[in-house]
Amino acid sequence: MWIEYAIASFFASAAFGIIYQAPRNTLVKCGLVGMVGWMIYAFLVWKEVDSVPATLIASFVIALVSQTLARRFKTPMIIFSVPGIIPLVPGSLAYDAMRNFVQNDYSAATSIAAKAFTISGAIAFGLVFSEVLNQIIKKVKQTKAQVR
Amino acid sequence: MERTEDLIELCLLMGKIMQQNGAETYRVEDTMTRIAQSFGRDESQSYVTPTGIMFTISPGAHAKLVRVSARETNLEKVNLANDVSRKIASGEMSTHVAYKELRKIETSPTDYSVLMQIISATLASGFFTIMFQGSWYDFLPACLAGGLGFIALINFIRLFEIKFVAEFVASLLIGFTAFSLFSFGIGKEVDKIVVGSIMPLVPGLLITNAVRDLMAGHLISGLAKGAEAFLTAFAIGAGIAVMFALF
Repeated sequence: MWIEYAIASFFASAAFGIIYQAPRNTLVKCGLVGMVGWMIYAFLVWKEVDSVPATLIASFVIALVSQTLARRFKTPMIIFSVPGIIPLVPGSLAYDAMRNFVQNDYSAATSIAAKAFTISGAIAFGLVFSEVLNQIIKKVKQTKAQVR
Repeated sequence: MERTEDLIELCLLMGKIMQQNGAETYRVEDTMTRIAQSFGRDESQSYVTPTGIMFTISPGAHAKLVRVSARETNLEKVNLANDVSRKIASGEMSTHVAYKELRKIETSPTDYSVLMQIISATLASGFFTIMFQGSWYDFLPACLAGGLGFIALINFIRLFEIKFVAEFVASLLIGFTAFSLFSFGIGKEVDKIVVGSIMPLVPGLLITNAVRDLMAGHLISGLAKGAEAFLTAFAIGAGIAVMFALF
């Protein structure tokens, strides 16, 4: 199962890199970022962590890896983070919610839709957290350099 | 000394390219002010929304406006524009050269052929089905439905010019393909097939960017992107829903 997940998430993220027109030499890295994120998410969910914190942690790690890659290759961070977070996006939940709406099961639909919204929030939170962390590190380094 | 007009045009074009191709709002604003700064204009102001960009070079000067009518995600262009702004900041490029370079980026054709995009959407659909715990029996039907949906999407966008109609028709086709294959006994779980094959259409980036913009204080951008994402999700859901009702 884990090997299946790894292969599927690698190719899905890299394919999204192509759909979003990422530069050719970054495609493999896009795939790897997506794979890392999805493996963390799948592992946490398998360990019975709720999917919201699992998404939060996975997107935090994705953002950290993307930032490191972005600094290394002097590109904007979104080139790696966008294809990377695609597997985490609650597409299946949004679909489930819609299906329940159509079948007139509004209470199930709204609760699933709320969950989908919370997960999108968790993705964004993870990204923002790691950015804030990055800025703090930068500032600390700057002040240290000034003190010297 | 660079001419002020040239500098304003340069900043606006830079902002337009970045905004059109999916850069984050704060990054667009930041890049525009930085370019102005690197030519000694420290008091420029920029105001970026998903549908238009306003920029003024100094207090009291005229503000200029650029309309952004269509948005897509093209990371290559964001990357190239970023390179140009880096070179401007380090003083390697004059406004004139940079402007020419940006024009080239704006009109340059996409790096991947349409066929290659269709193939990757096809594969992505199949692999998403696997990731959502579908079985390998569902792989091929998901590929087929997702690929057909993506072909429909890119062709109908040209035809209708209203994105949401194209998305609706594309998801109709996905639903039709998945459900009819399923009724012929191809595929194990129709839910997983549909979920995997709508993934290339799902506005995942928009949803995330919307929440992110809201958090960063870009309230207008956040709400606008959220509205766009909601409409897209609704169009996809409605398309699938029609097929649910039929089958």
